[in-house]
Amino acid sequence: MGLFNKIFSKEKKEKLDSGLEKTKESFLSKLTRTVVGKSTVDAEVLDNLEEVLISSDVGVDTTLKIIDRIEARVSKDKYMGTDELNNILREEIAALLSENNTVDQVEFNVPETEGPYVIMVVGVNGVGKTTTIGKLANALKKQGKSVVLGAADTFRAAAVDQLIIWSERVGVPIVQQGMNADPASVAFDTLQSAKAQNADVAIIDTAGRLHNKVNLMNELTKIKTVMNKVIPDAPHEILLVLDGSTGQNAFEQAKQFSLATEINALAITKLDGTAKGGVVIGISDQMKIPVKYIGVGEGIEDLQVFNKTEFVDSLFS
Amino acid sequence: MFENLTDKFERAFKVLKGHGQITEINVAETLKEVRRALLDADVNFKTAKEFTVRVKEKALGRDVLTTISPGQLLTKICHEELVALMGGEQSDINYQGNPGVILMSGLQGSGKTTFSGKLANYLKNKKGKNPLMVACDVYRPAAIDQIHVLGEQLGVEVYSNREEKNPVKIAQEAIAHAKSNGFNVVIVDTAGRLAVDEQMMNEIADVKNAIKPTETLFVVDSMTGQDAVNTAKTFNDRIDFDGVILTKLDGDTRGGAALSIKTVVDKPIKFVGTGEKMDALDVFYPNRMADRILGMGDVVSLVEKAQEQFDEKEAKKLQKKIAQNKFDFDDFYSQLQQIKKMGNVKDLMGMIPGMGKAMKNVDIDDDAFKGIEAIIQSMTPAERGNPDLLNGSRKKRIAAGSGNNIQEVNKLIKQFNETKKVMHMMSNKKNMANMMRQMKGMGGGKGLPGM
Repeated sequence: MGLFNKIFSKEKKEKLDSGLEKTKESFLSKLTRTVVGKSTVDAEVLDNLEEVLISSDVGVDTTLKIIDRIEARVSKDKYMGTDELNNILREEIAALLSENNTVDQVEFNVPETEGPYVIMVVGVNGVGKTTTIGKLANALKKQGKSVVLGAADTFRAAAVDQLIIWSERVGVPIVQQGMNADPASVAFDTLQSAKAQNADVAIIDTAGRLHNKVNLMNELTKIKTVMNKVIPDAPHEILLVLDGSTGQNAFEQAKQFSLATEINALAITKLDGTAKGGVVIGISDQMKIPVKYIGVGEGIEDLQVFNKTEFVDSLFS
Repeated sequence: MFENLTDKFERAFKVLKGHGQITEINVAETLKEVRRALLDADVNFKTAKEFTVRVKEKALGRDVLTTISPGQLLTKICHEELVALMGGEQSDINYQGNPGVILMSGLQGSGKTTFSGKLANYLKNKKGKNPLMVACDVYRPAAIDQIHVLGEQLGVEVYSNREEKNPVKIAQEAIAHAKSNGFNVVIVDTAGRLAVDEQMMNEIADVKNAIKPTETLFVVDSMTGQDAVNTAKTFNDRIDFDGVILTKLDGDTRGGAALSIKTVVDKPIKFVGTGEKMDALDVFYPNRMADRILGMGDVVSLVEKAQEQFDEKEAKKLQKKIAQNKFDFDDFYSQLQQIKKMGNVKDLMGMIPGMGKAMKNVDIDDDAFKGIEAIIQSMTPAERGNPDLLNGSRKKRIAAGSGNNIQEVNKLIKQFNETKKVMHMMSNKKNMANMMRQMKGMGGGKGLPGM
């Protein structure tokens, strides 16, 4: 088992590396450009560093925080060579990631609960909720968990069909009532079914909704409350899916969804396509919600548990 | 839409107030704020930098008129620059041809399929066209079903071929199908793809070469961050699109991507998506958008929306009734329906100058009128036609029937009477002038307008 673990995690690391390649390249190459021809960290280097961080969607506040810390260290140490900048930056980013309760996970797993562990998946339109659910169900099933899906996105055209296809692909049961059904009722049924068949995990898909639509956010609260009636602590995990290419609006999304449903985990998707690993840093700094999963590709295996050590290593290696 | 950016600008310019002239020093402080506001709004780093430099040059070069404050002058300059940045005049899409062919492109989840539906709806209902939608996303599970569902909702035919896995072939078949079946516009929806995915970018380039669209559109999520420019640039390099569609603008994103994409690829933003309903589609007006950013509101859009819903004959009839002071609950009810037809109440309020900020923390949901409607619906036709009939026992019955308490009913009747009074006054030109004078002293933003 130990050997298998090792192989798996090596594969995983390679995938993370290649998935984040664009992030890494632009991050590192920009960083290198920042310090080229310089021997000490001066105002110009810091200005350029600011550009690197902001262009990676780290966000203004977190960027300023990082720059301030580096400035403080420069003034304390009086002289700092640019070769040290890389290391310091790495330390600072690792520190920011540690501040938000992210526990490094090695593999997909769910805590022991009485009855099924319920995951409710929420987010704005088009971030990749349904795809993430498909990948997550696949990963959990591979870990020997029995999974039930609930198609509570009854609004978007063909959303139910999309989840049905995923359930067939992964080979897990799905509970659905077709389009335009009451999502809370679908969630209720899913949990009852999961309980009856003694499933380990139930994953509930919900319709994408913009976080400033009050009625739709209230609907989420209702879906959540209804689940409570079947399984007292459900949903155990409320997973907010964020699109990795989203800019500063990601913070507002996290805030508003938290208000409606008490988000306790984040999944950041589409990290393979953009130079935007930076949003992970910003969100870790600004939100006290752990990043749990990241999506790094379109294949069924391309969802990973987030590991901050590996992530930082990937950025700088 | 852009409330947040507006707030920032307002705060930035507040720093300037009280200073008599624009100097290097006070302008520097403000521009730092402006730049920060732009970055917070996801405007591209370089674009924001260039923007502040341009504003600074113009500001320092200009004489400050004694009648306006430096803040106002800077607002004006920023406004001009924003309009310049977002690109001159509005431009329409080209759907002429035999048939006209529109190709959609963009990242995953940007809203291509939803927008395809909206566009088909727009061409069918507003332009009198006979559109055909084509399902070329052969990858995402149920993507073909999604466009079929939309087609059914809209009464627009959808062409798909579940056996064929080559989007180029599907698109070609669809155009042949359109030619022989009298469709004059073909909307080709494609799979979402990442700009870094070489294979997928080749595919869309092949589709474009094969079908020679009259219009190629790049659909982008308005919430996109700094990478928007890179994505737009790659797509533009590969398929040389004609225009940009900005989606999900009904969210609270500051939408800086709109500003930067235009400057980087120099292609116009042609439409914006503002909701999940199939008619939530707006033409993009750079000038109005700049107005919004600077807190001047989007009055023109509001007026146009109102005009669209406006039935002249009905209005004449209503005017006559108001003049005779015969406005009743039936009219009141139909007015409510008119307002509702115009769209989300909060959207509408946001378009009124000065309201954007005030409305930010107020939740007006689409159901705001439900209570009022219930009360009116609980009245008998006689009561609706003659509100004077409403005595205590009738009110009690209405309250019970509509699930309200009697205070709510009384409140509505009071509101109704006031509205009636104001409307009657307004129907008389002399009274109107008087009223305008009174209102000037009041300051806006009280209650719902126009009821």
